[in-house]
Amino acid sequence: MKTALQIEDLTVKYGEFTALDKVSLAIQPHTTLGLVGESGSGKSTLARVIAGLIAPSDGQVLLGSQVLGKKRSREQHKDIQMIFQNPDSSLNPKHTIRQILSEGLLFHKVVDRAGVEQRCKELLDRVHLDERALGRYPHQFSGGQRQRIAIARALSVEPSVIIADEPTSALDVSVQRSMLELFSTLKSELNLTMLFISHDLGVIHAISDIVAVMKQGQLVEVNPKDQFFSRPETSYSRELLSAVPKMPISITTGGLS
Amino acid sequence: MNTTLLDLQQENQGVLKRILNTPSLLVGSIMFLLLIGVAVFAPFITPFEPSEQNLYAILQPPSSEHWLGTDQLGRDLFTRLIYAARTDLKIMVLAEIIPFCTGIFLGMLAGYYGKWVDTVISLVTDTFIAFPFYLIVIIVAFASGAGQKGIYITFILVGWIVFARVTRGLSASFRKQEWVASAQTMGIPGVKIILRHLLPNVLPQAVVVLMTDMVGLLVAIVTLGYLGIGIAPPTPDWGTMISDGQSFITTAWWLSAVPGIAVVYTGIALSLVGDGLADLWRRK
Repeated sequence: MKTALQIEDLTVKYGEFTALDKVSLAIQPHTTLGLVGESGSGKSTLARVIAGLIAPSDGQVLLGSQVLGKKRSREQHKDIQMIFQNPDSSLNPKHTIRQILSEGLLFHKVVDRAGVEQRCKELLDRVHLDERALGRYPHQFSGGQRQRIAIARALSVEPSVIIADEPTSALDVSVQRSMLELFSTLKSELNLTMLFISHDLGVIHAISDIVAVMKQGQLVEVNPKDQFFSRPETSYSRELLSAVPKMPISITTGGLS
Repeated sequence: MNTTLLDLQQENQGVLKRILNTPSLLVGSIMFLLLIGVAVFAPFITPFEPSEQNLYAILQPPSSEHWLGTDQLGRDLFTRLIYAARTDLKIMVLAEIIPFCTGIFLGMLAGYYGKWVDTVISLVTDTFIAFPFYLIVIIVAFASGAGQKGIYITFILVGWIVFARVTRGLSASFRKQEWVASAQTMGIPGVKIILRHLLPNVLPQAVVVLMTDMVGLLVAIVTLGYLGIGIAPPTPDWGTMISDGQSFITTAWWLSAVPGIAVVYTGIALSLVGDGLADLWRRK
């Protein structure tokens, strides 16, 4: 099968500091790659490079067979969408939900002007929000609802790859769970290809097909989920797994389905 | 899964109700609207003409016919006062339009793009700031001759700086927000991000600054009139009225005091509006 997204020898340097050190990774279509690692390991930098927000010092990103250059085409921009960590700051406070959802639809001509309203409602329905939300502003919603709106916005332009950068970390645990359920539903309904970043192994277990581990800007392990959780290859992965607080019913076997 | 019902948080309070809950805005707006109303409807409010002289009735104290008395040429002071409001307020508002727009736009450009764009724009603002405002006004006023032109030219030259500085700082901080990153990921071009995303976020702050800036501008207009390099007589203007009345300060003190009070009144009104708007937007 053709890879959906491929990263080759990606390096990002901030002066002396190396945020990403020759990272290579491939994501197959319709799979979710869960990226774990402690904070500062370069997960978000990787996400931002793929999204085109940061230019890499070296290496390249391939979408299908196209190399994504420094200046991306409109189509390439459309193809990769990102969901950010903090729903409080990822929606423009002065825009209504209608404006937020329709911007990409109109800019990328996903639907014509007459179809925008209908499509916005469908998008809200996808993320289980009432269509009355359209006329409101972000501050009128809770964190979880805002994150749903951000997901709807990312889905609006029908991207081929979605990057979710810690999308559940800023949410309450109870909201986290319903957010993960939403991601699982979307994944199976829309056949999404996703790069899902989290430092929470429980979340990664619930959502990923493949797990990749980052440490200090380097990729230390990439393995299918079951293998990673049962027989981690590297000592660092074992360390991460053993650091998960133990509960009567283990998170790693209970999981969320 | 069921559709999550939105907890019906209180709908946006009506604009009117929010204004009523902000006393400074309410009082300031009423004061300012009153002033604008008087200026606009001046010909219907007073039976006199502003330059209508009556040399048989000079320097009269306030009476039922001349509410604020007459000046040294027998002109009705109240009439001159409200016609002067027309002149001065008109210049004040017109002179702000271009600097307000260019300042906001340049500030957003500098803040959003950073790097060399910011360097160039900041260099220009810092250069202009190095010169005292009144020095520039007086130089331009002398160069362009007395009248309104000098004020307009000066303000187009330097008036934008205060807005550019405010919006630059705000835009630079908004640039790091994820909603901007999200628009960038979508591929929205920079200028569109500036106009559609940044503008509505910087505008409230810029309007608050506009209110205080207008007070400063009004004082500048009046000062130039007072110095005799602003509005030329016989067009009524508070500045020339103050300086004309100065010679009679011991006998007819109100000639200078009344236009002075008008300036103060306008300043208070605009400051209250600015303060109130800032309050209103902060609370939201």
